[in-house]
Amino acid sequence: MRLAAALALLLLAGLSAWGPALAVEPEEMLDDPELEARARDISKDVRCVVCQNESIDSSNAGIARDLRILIRERLQTGDSDREVFDFLTARYGDFVLLKPPVRPATYLLWFGPAAVLILGGLGLAVFLLRRRRPAAQSGVPELTPEERGRLAKLLKERRE
Amino acid sequence: MSEATPRTMKILIRVLFIVPLLIFAGTLGYLYFGLDPQRDPRAVPSALLDKPAPDFELPAVPGLQTPGLSRGDLEGGGPVLLNVFASWCVPCRAEHPLLSELVESRGVTLYGIDYKDKAEDAVAWLEELGNPYAAIGHDDSGRAGIEWGITGVPETFVIDGDGTIRYRHAGPLTRQLIEEELLPVLEQLR
Repeated sequence: MRLAAALALLLLAGLSAWGPALAVEPEEMLDDPELEARARDISKDVRCVVCQNESIDSSNAGIARDLRILIRERLQTGDSDREVFDFLTARYGDFVLLKPPVRPATYLLWFGPAAVLILGGLGLAVFLLRRRRPAAQSGVPELTPEERGRLAKLLKERRE
Repeated sequence: MSEATPRTMKILIRVLFIVPLLIFAGTLGYLYFGLDPQRDPRAVPSALLDKPAPDFELPAVPGLQTPGLSRGDLEGGGPVLLNVFASWCVPCRAEHPLLSELVESRGVTLYGIDYKDKAEDAVAWLEELGNPYAAIGHDDSGRAGIEWGITGVPETFVIDGDGTIRYRHAGPLTRQLIEEELLPVLEQLR
């Protein structure tokens, strides 16, 4: 019984430690929960420039931490989310955004998959339509009554 | 049905058959580009190239005779070199003799930003290796580094007389890089 209780406790401790490891440290956080939530949202879309495929929200790199603090400072001085992103892209370029902006250079990225899907669907539709089309429309002439008679005779002969 | 319709249909289908081939060729080209050993996948495009140098003002490193650095220092003269370094950065140690050589034998003006470094460490580092910098700004908080859009140390910039950034290299300079990229840029701006 005691063993079971101990096991359950262990399991509980394990579960409470579950979840993504947080890079954001308590002393970085803002007192205003609304601003903090906005800072977290922005941080999730900002690429850590040294670790590359991580957001600054989950990165432990020094520069990621600096950027997190900078974002919070700018929000505190009244910057909008847009202004914070503009500030970052002015220095680091679109590279710093984990979600690339929609512009001519990124059209292929944003609309490419949809275009491939549409083209594939079109190809499939043409293929199926052609297969289903009755003989009359596909350009093959219909059999005349004499031909039908001959065909029936031939088939009958073969069966015998 | 008119006679033209099946014909246009046929042409359309023929074109549709070529489309997958074109997509395949495009993908192949893209993958070939990705496998190019000359390409550095970690290279980050610089947003500041051909833009005016950012505004910043940094105090001197405490305990060092070299003056501090601000935006105004970069302007006015010919092209200057700005090197972001730190005593804790190993590649900085590797490129240091190359920077000293540039200053001594090529007469390049070199400025430095000491990035997130302890003052006493920086002083000791420069005492050991020599100090080729005309001025060094002490960027304790790393804020000036962010203004310059740096991703790490070392990084080197070329700024022309108008205060415009003309070249940027992230990572340590090498002799080959200096010969093939840095010197031609400096020569062109002179």
